[in-house]
Amino acid sequence: MEREVQRVRAAFGSGRSRPLTFRRRQLEALRAMVQEREKDILAAIGADLSKSEFNAYSQEVISVLGEIDLMLEKLPEWAAAKPAQRNLLTMLDEAYIQPEPLGVVLIIGAWNYPFVLTIQPLIGAIAAGNAVIIKPSEVSENTAKLLAKLLPQYLDQDLYAVVNGGVEETTELLKQRFDHILYTGNTAVGKIVMQAAAKHLTPVTLELGGKSPCFVDRDCDLDVACRRIAWGKFMNCGQTCIAPDYVLCEPSLQDQIVRKVQEAVKEFYGENVKESPDYERIVNLRHFKRIQSLLEGQKIAFGGEMDEATRYIAPTVLTDVDPDTKVMQEEIFGPILPIVPVKNADEAIQFINEREKPLAFYVFSHNSKLIKRMIDGTSSGGVTGNDVIMHFMLSSLPFGGVGSSGMGAYHGKHSFDTFSHQRPCLLKTLKREGANQLRYPPNSQSKVDWAKFFLLKQFNRGKLGLLLLTLLGVLAAVLIKGGYY
Amino acid sequence: MSGIKRPGLAKDPGSESTPGMDPFADTLQRLREAFISGRTRPAEFRATQLKGLSCFLRENKQLLQEALAQDLHKAAFHSDISELIICQNEVDLALRNLCTWMKDEPVAKNLITQLDSTFIRREPFGLVLILSPWNYPLNLSLVPLVGALAAGNCVVLKPSEISKNTGKVLAKVLPRYLDQSCFAVVLGGPEETGQLLEHEFDYIFFTGTPRVGKIVMAAAAKHLTPVTLELGGKNPCYVDDNCDPQTVANRVAFFRCFNAGQTCVAPDYVLCSPEMQARLVPALQNAITRFYGDDPQSSPNLGRIISQKHFQRLRGLLSCGRVVIGGQSDESDLYIAPTVLVDVQETDPVMQEEIFGPILPIVNVRSLGQAIDFINRREKPLALYAFSNNSQVMNQMLDRTSSGNFVGNEGFTYMSLTSLPFGGVGKSGMGRYHGKFSFDTFSHHRACLLSHSGLEVLKNIRYPPYSDYTQKLFTWAMGSHLCTLL
Repeated sequence: MEREVQRVRAAFGSGRSRPLTFRRRQLEALRAMVQEREKDILAAIGADLSKSEFNAYSQEVISVLGEIDLMLEKLPEWAAAKPAQRNLLTMLDEAYIQPEPLGVVLIIGAWNYPFVLTIQPLIGAIAAGNAVIIKPSEVSENTAKLLAKLLPQYLDQDLYAVVNGGVEETTELLKQRFDHILYTGNTAVGKIVMQAAAKHLTPVTLELGGKSPCFVDRDCDLDVACRRIAWGKFMNCGQTCIAPDYVLCEPSLQDQIVRKVQEAVKEFYGENVKESPDYERIVNLRHFKRIQSLLEGQKIAFGGEMDEATRYIAPTVLTDVDPDTKVMQEEIFGPILPIVPVKNADEAIQFINEREKPLAFYVFSHNSKLIKRMIDGTSSGGVTGNDVIMHFMLSSLPFGGVGSSGMGAYHGKHSFDTFSHQRPCLLKTLKREGANQLRYPPNSQSKVDWAKFFLLKQFNRGKLGLLLLTLLGVLAAVLIKGGYY
Repeated sequence: MSGIKRPGLAKDPGSESTPGMDPFADTLQRLREAFISGRTRPAEFRATQLKGLSCFLRENKQLLQEALAQDLHKAAFHSDISELIICQNEVDLALRNLCTWMKDEPVAKNLITQLDSTFIRREPFGLVLILSPWNYPLNLSLVPLVGALAAGNCVVLKPSEISKNTGKVLAKVLPRYLDQSCFAVVLGGPEETGQLLEHEFDYIFFTGTPRVGKIVMAAAAKHLTPVTLELGGKNPCYVDDNCDPQTVANRVAFFRCFNAGQTCVAPDYVLCSPEMQARLVPALQNAITRFYGDDPQSSPNLGRIISQKHFQRLRGLLSCGRVVIGGQSDESDLYIAPTVLVDVQETDPVMQEEIFGPILPIVNVRSLGQAIDFINRREKPLALYAFSNNSQVMNQMLDRTSSGNFVGNEGFTYMSLTSLPFGGVGKSGMGRYHGKFSFDTFSHHRACLLSHSGLEVLKNIRYPPYSDYTQKLFTWAMGSHLCTLL
């Protein structure tokens, strides 16, 4: 493991990954890989999550292609130095911020969207000029194996390496030193990653999870709300970090929500959900059993059917859920939608705030004031109003958590920035040392007063003003030196 | 796992903390409750806090100058330019720009979100802990504080116990100017800091050494608390053959000796050719004599070492290489003379740790390439200095190294520029602040997308079942050339 990381680090040290042309070529190669090997990729994802080709394409591959194209388009702009506003002391100097690669980045992927959650960060890391070690989740083993096979065929083999393995290998990997670690997964392992990173003072981006609440207001289009909630909840069989985890609503709405969600489920997956090619399965037996246990003692409004052999769990809705029961204690990550009745929006806000900050918050209402109040009154990684999931789809929005749902963000430019060091640079000339006399000791009181005058002045006059002030500065220096003050 | 009630929020009568066992529990609970009440969120409240800070600085100027003089033998002028004025500028900048910074930031939309409202909302994290060091005890406490308050957080400030006079002023006087339900100063040493770090904060801002930075980050990891760590390292100062030695010597000597060398961004050591060294050393002597006189110990413009411990540490370094300038020390005065060392080896103690004193070792290199290799063999520094008339040399140095900040032909005046983010990379730190960067550091950037219930027909394409037709339409619409629109 150590040798692998050393090898990648040495490759980064050669400077090869820095020129923009190199980065472009790698991104283009990645795009070629996705397009040429599409069938293999879709098949691997399909094998891991019982996902149809179309779903795998629309949920994962499209985002990847979009992200690559965005990076290619914006790379020159994002990698360019940005001039910074100067003050009086520095007005004749060059001041700017230069983005630079960090070095060797570790990306630890997740199993629920095994392709996009590994490749989208990779795109950002490459674009920022880094070398990368990719550790796909071992739980989605088909995708993991495929990535190990494909990436070296298309990308520079010394700069980008895939390391596969389970807990033991990941622990070994985390002992090595990286310049940034991006981890997608659960809170418990997030802490372990951050603790390992602390030993090397490695900055981290942790994309974790939580229970994303979904408040449904009395005053909303319930048909539309329930369709959208059903879509976001049951996509990927509920195994989505930003799926609406549970619904909060007034008791009078419960029955209607149940009915409308049930209608939506029928519309999406047909009478016999098990036969729908668009409905996925639980990734493995461990999670299947975990989700199964969440149903104990619950009032099942509809659904609840299970088949261990195929790891099938039917879209299920629970009503009158007690907040102290197991299903409300952990992120469900399955096709079970509890409805927790609350008196009103204020009680919903209180309910949400008593819990860990979630990755996403959803609210359905026609009343924009209410939406605003609920957003203002809560905190979460992101928010989508009157829909679900969508804030993930816009790469100009930073995607990340807060509190126990994570730290840092990525997507689009946020990826580029995450994987860069924004280095401030100040370039002065060695000439005009005369103007510096003011600051050197010994200090007379007049020197002090002049110096403070210059330090305090902000720069909002035009260029002429700047020139005038420089001259004033030089004049002051000359006068003081000459003993006139 | 997640979902369980946040500790400290739901009061459990069965688990009252024993008084004296945890001196901070009550304070933290109070601050947390204040945050939950929403008091710190309105712009008016934040502006009032900032104005309070401004008053504190103005009304206690002399008191602060005295405290800084007692702690670090700082001349009033130096306290002004490196601490008081900097803090004042930051407060003024924040007050002027608060409303702009607080505004929601609209973001570019794509094809499918054209009709939605999309923006980034900056929100306070909650309870922020600021741990500040002793070398610029006012600056490094208040500048982060400005950002944390402007961003709407409740703050616990723990100044260093080593700069105890400044710490006392911050603990006794500062809270009078701020809303004490949302702000507290906590005093103490490593033990108290350890106790404090066991609690959960929503953000931790630490300035200090890498060694303690690791401890802070490890403690933060237990609660998944995001951190900014402003650490340090050995800041290299490359002096090219093509330059004017006196000008370089002026700048290097001034910034090395400022605050008796106790500055995280001071040039730590010089890299130059033997030929350059021969010209630089007399120029350095020249500069030092000019600035501090023939007897620097009697100059009011030279600071003192903060403590016995650091004094002894620095005195030990004086025996590395060969002393060509200075080398004197006075234990009773905690005085170390501005000193230049030559014939220094890479393995000498003076090249192993951040010096943090008025000692400047010169290490010889034979070329720019050798200097770059030397720098790259070591940890990424907080600042990197290069002196040369040749812009090619400057560009090479810039392109082939990494550091928190880079400065060509100057010292750390860039620290006064609030438009440049200040922070380290690698072992010299993570995160950044100053000016708007402070506000952004202490804010959670919440991604918001507000859609509406109408026009559901436009969203129909995303729902299953996916007929052949839908699939074809979808795939065509999302064809790769259109992906950027998505």
